[in-house]
Amino acid sequence: MKYFRLIWKNAWRKKIRTSLTILSVFVAFLLFALLSAIGFAFRGGVDVADAERLIIIDKVSLINPLPMSYMNRVAATDGVESVTHASWFGGYYQEPRNQFGQFPVDPQSYFDMYPEFKMPAEQFEAFKRNRTGAVVGQELAKTYGWKVGDQIPIQATIWTKADGGRTWEFQLEGIFSTDDPRGSTALMLFQYDYFEEARAFAKGTVGWYILRVAKGADPIQVAKAIDLQFANSPNETETSTEAAFAQSFTKQFGNIALIVTLILGAVFFTLLLVSGNTMSQSVREKIPELAVLKTLGFGDRTVLGIVLSESILIMLLGGLLGLGTGWLFVQGLAKGMAAFLPGVYLSPAALAGGVAMMIGAGILAGIFPALKAMRLSIIEALARS
Amino acid sequence: MSEILARLEGVSRIYQKGKEKVEVLHELNLEIPKGDFIAIMGPSGSGKTTLLNLLGGLDKPTAGTVTVGGAELSAMSNSQLSHWRSTNVGFIFQFYNLLPVLTALRNVELPLLLTDFNSKERVKRASIALDIVGLADRAKHYPRELSGGQEQRVAIARAIVSDPSLLLCDEPTGDLDRETADEILRLLQVLNREHGKTIVMVTHDAQAADYANRTLHCDKGTLEAKEAA
Ligand SMILES: Nc1ncnc2c1ncn2[C@@H]1O[C@H](COP(=O)(O)OP(=O)(O)O)[C@@H](O)[C@H]1O
Ligand SMILES: [Mg+2]
Repeated sequence: MKYFRLIWKNAWRKKIRTSLTILSVFVAFLLFALLSAIGFAFRGGVDVADAERLIIIDKVSLINPLPMSYMNRVAATDGVESVTHASWFGGYYQEPRNQFGQFPVDPQSYFDMYPEFKMPAEQFEAFKRNRTGAVVGQELAKTYGWKVGDQIPIQATIWTKADGGRTWEFQLEGIFSTDDPRGSTALMLFQYDYFEEARAFAKGTVGWYILRVAKGADPIQVAKAIDLQFANSPNETETSTEAAFAQSFTKQFGNIALIVTLILGAVFFTLLLVSGNTMSQSVREKIPELAVLKTLGFGDRTVLGIVLSESILIMLLGGLLGLGTGWLFVQGLAKGMAAFLPGVYLSPAALAGGVAMMIGAGILAGIFPALKAMRLSIIEALARS
Repeated sequence: MSEILARLEGVSRIYQKGKEKVEVLHELNLEIPKGDFIAIMGPSGSGKTTLLNLLGGLDKPTAGTVTVGGAELSAMSNSQLSHWRSTNVGFIFQFYNLLPVLTALRNVELPLLLTDFNSKERVKRASIALDIVGLADRAKHYPRELSGGQEQRVAIARAIVSDPSLLLCDEPTGDLDRETADEILRLLQVLNREHGKTIVMVTHDAQAADYANRTLHCDKGTLEAKEAA
């Protein structure tokens, strides 16, 4: 664009003022990046949910277990392609603050259900063979520096063993990763058979079932059929999509999204005041020059565009710097917080939204000064100078 | 010198100052032949700048018609005038009015941004214009690094870069010392004689007026010819 030099030079006329404005834009978008990424984690991976996977939980409460006997009945329901199950172990590693998800599962059917989790075949085979074996996600292995072959003791908070012990020993047989950059792998899986045999109570139950809907079947109809099947039994079920499940699971964190929105709203309001002020000062200083441009034949709309572009440019400079720095932070944060808050992730949608906000804020901050510049009377402006 | 470049017919310009009406120009008639170099003198507030603004399509008369190079400016819309100015007229001001953030070359290039020339062509033409005013070696200098006379030369280069037939100068030497003023006036004379530019120059300086072909005296809203002594 041929006006770029003029716009760029105009933007840097007052270096300190422009730098300070850019700094405030930078801070706003850095915050935006961090809060978006954390907000993403609190939405509990709703965005990564697979529409073809349904979750069956107890109708009364998520923490009520379901009978193991449901497995075959679910599998036999029309429209169900496959079923697996998982349970909540809720232990910690060495210290209570080292919490992360641990789930007793049936290895073969669980990994069939979650094809996005990838692991070397020989590690998977070793896991299936070892009754007290476990596998962990890459994120978790990195956090604690675990390698295949390590002995990992997990302290139970719920599941005391039949022998009264609270320490469950596992051998790390494999480390899995995910090819979906949004998916968290901060979890540990071990054999349900071992869990079932060793635990002191609630035998013959699982935490929840996960099923895959057959191709062509309607997930809503399948969910209805399953819940109907177990109606009026001691354990009525509630079947929902993975997304809905993730959402209900994270409601416990309160309305984090609202808080995030409020903070960002305040930040951006301030930002608009600061940059709007910068732009109106900038135009005020340039009135004689804008009049000269008009004298030379620059049209009203061109002058409007030049002033607006300057405002947008300042937003983009600070904003992209802020988003970029935020992105780097989030990489580190995601690792550091994997244990407490898995799924910290700056999504492409958030990045695109950020850029759209920069342009929007640039227009908002610049529109009134730009209109003033556009309506400027050449004769009056020149007479004054 | 028979072809007429600009013609003012019955031109009045009335400004509204609050409730009061001020008639700055009163039923003015003027013909400017192609290739003429006119000096306009007169006391402050006599309407000299107003006259230039009308000739340059920056302002419209309250009554009468202004025609320049076959275009009736008094009948054109603001955006038509804006477009017309970009190729038909060059302005030179007392205080140069260069953009401080741009180098001499980029200041001169400004009017060409409104054309379809590519970047290379624009720079080439701006360099030629700078060469004509004798400042080829100052192309990369910013206005603050130039003397007043040099700044005015850059402004002149900017005024001629899109090759307009009419140059309007509002006290172009008003801010310069005698010697520098004479240099600028000689340059305007060269542009008039060798490049065929028609020039209308407002000045307070009788010596400056000597460079023109003729001098008009502006007072109380009317123009009077005042033959050079
Ligand atoms: N935009 C305007 N509004 C009202 N009055 C104006 C305006 N521009 C000029 N005038 C008045 O018109 C008169 C002539 O102004 P001008 O043409 O600038 O005079 P000169 O250039 O000869 O000094 C002055 O009295 C001035 O105050
Ligand atoms: Mg004047």
